[in-house]
Amino acid sequence: MAQTNTNLDQNKFAAAEELPKAQSKVKEFTKKFMKRKTAVVSLIFILFIILMAIIAPFVVPYAPDQPDYTALLQGPSAAHIWGTDEFGQDVFSRLMVGSRLSLSCALIATVIGTAGGVVLGLIAGFYGGFVDSLIMRCCDVLFAFPDILLAIAVVAIIGPGMVNVMIAVAVFTVPSFARIIRSATISVKQSLYVEVARSLGCKNSRILFVHVFPGTIQSMIVNFTMRIGTAILAASSLSFLGFGANVTEPDWGAMLSLGRNYLNTAPHMVLFPGILIFLTVLAFNLLGDGLRDTLDPKMN
Amino acid sequence: MGKYFCKRVVSAIPLLLVISFVVFMFIHMIPGDPARMIAGQDATKEDVEVVREQLGLNDPLLVQYGNYMKGLFTGDLGDSVKNGKTVVETIAPRMKPTIMLTISAMIWATIIGIALGIISAVFHGRSLDYIGMIIAISGISVPSFWLGLELIQGFSVALNWLPTGGLDSWQSYILPSLTMGAGIMAVLGRFTRSTMLETMREDYVRTARAKGLKETLVVMRHAFKNSLIEIITVAGLQIGGLLSGSVMAETVFSIPGLGRLLVDSINFRDYKVVQALLLFFAAEYIVINLIVDVLYGVINPKIRYN
Repeated sequence: MAQTNTNLDQNKFAAAEELPKAQSKVKEFTKKFMKRKTAVVSLIFILFIILMAIIAPFVVPYAPDQPDYTALLQGPSAAHIWGTDEFGQDVFSRLMVGSRLSLSCALIATVIGTAGGVVLGLIAGFYGGFVDSLIMRCCDVLFAFPDILLAIAVVAIIGPGMVNVMIAVAVFTVPSFARIIRSATISVKQSLYVEVARSLGCKNSRILFVHVFPGTIQSMIVNFTMRIGTAILAASSLSFLGFGANVTEPDWGAMLSLGRNYLNTAPHMVLFPGILIFLTVLAFNLLGDGLRDTLDPKMN
Repeated sequence: MGKYFCKRVVSAIPLLLVISFVVFMFIHMIPGDPARMIAGQDATKEDVEVVREQLGLNDPLLVQYGNYMKGLFTGDLGDSVKNGKTVVETIAPRMKPTIMLTISAMIWATIIGIALGIISAVFHGRSLDYIGMIIAISGISVPSFWLGLELIQGFSVALNWLPTGGLDSWQSYILPSLTMGAGIMAVLGRFTRSTMLETMREDYVRTARAKGLKETLVVMRHAFKNSLIEIITVAGLQIGGLLSGSVMAETVFSIPGLGRLLVDSINFRDYKVVQALLLFFAAEYIVINLIVDVLYGVINPKIRYN
């Protein structure tokens, strides 16, 4: 009994020691990250877009699907700051509300692709041998199709539509994550603490998800951030080609696709959706760069 | 060297075979009955059966794959549903515009990308470096279809300097190749910068400086020359992706190339053409990567002997 109490006390002390350590790590990271101004500005912009995706339907000046036949294809004005489309719908309101569709599509696709890639990468890197070869050869097959081509091929098989675009984007996200996480896993599994866990008799699944996985999170976060940008580009490209969202939906890519028919008469219909896609992708890429530099010990 | 070459070529063959099988399975992965999809929902049972027979879908899967591979080597990839011509006849005339566009995009993107990277590396941490890297990261982030539309808006509609589409003259290549090459330029710019920065920290560059060589000579003759192998490799690897990246540029500029054909064929459910194009793009990607890999071994003895 006395032995059990001593063990409990030791655990409590260890936990009490770990907490300030973790807090100081977060503080150190925040301090380093805040020094990277472009990454901070990018993060603010991304948070703004996410906020818009949440609250836009309640704060935009016009309903996104509200036509106004007295104001067709109007340029930017005080009433419609980013102009109107061919149905007289307010471009600004549609873009802000559309951020929900475009962002959620990219985010969901990246999360699914990341989850798949992380699990495959962990298994391949941890078990090695035949399993590793099999998973990596499957990734090689997917790598043989350039990103957008693979997405188009998937859409060609399962058909157009926003959900299918998400699946297509998720599919091409998987191999790159699998490869990155595999190499991170190989390096982490040789660490001393993994050896200790193994010698203490931990099960493989526990070692993999409790000890190895946290060691790969750093690579995952950086790649995840950058991949969201790629996913936004891919999803809007597919919508532009007519494989994604319906043109009547307020999706950034679909709005651009519709706008190209009015390039001569209403160039704002192409200009503003394009700028928004560009700035959002740029922000994710810059944030990814900033996170990589902050987390990379060589850069510090 | 011969051994290295053989090893690399042999290692690509299984991958090409797997790709051919995956692309062959493409038609079988379509949900529902592909024959019904091709014949249309209003087609009679007999019509659907004719299509099924044409596609060879009544044969066992392995027989179908064997026939498909035989067709690949004899150039018989079936007929296009859209125009009734053979798939080879449909694809062949579309190759030239895509290849020409890819080459022109590659040329400008390589030159500008490398120049951007060198300037950024030389002026590391100064305004020119930041400007160079802003251009580079913008090139990666910009949606190519939007860039194409804005170029049309600026140079064709507003200024009336260049044609809006088609490939009738050399001027008509300018805007599509700018659209296609922007991303590659950005990738090469960033890669050249980081490689140059690493090389410029090497001892031989320090020695060259210590000898009193002019900075231009140090950068170009010592740092750049030694970075060139890796830069050429990365540039080569981009070509494979660029060919299929023509989809967006060809759609925006209405160019009758392979990318445009792919989109049209998907919309028309012309699956034989889609299948052939997917195989073409994937195979050229692998073959180009293989060529670059082998060339890398040729020019870099370290790789060859490892």
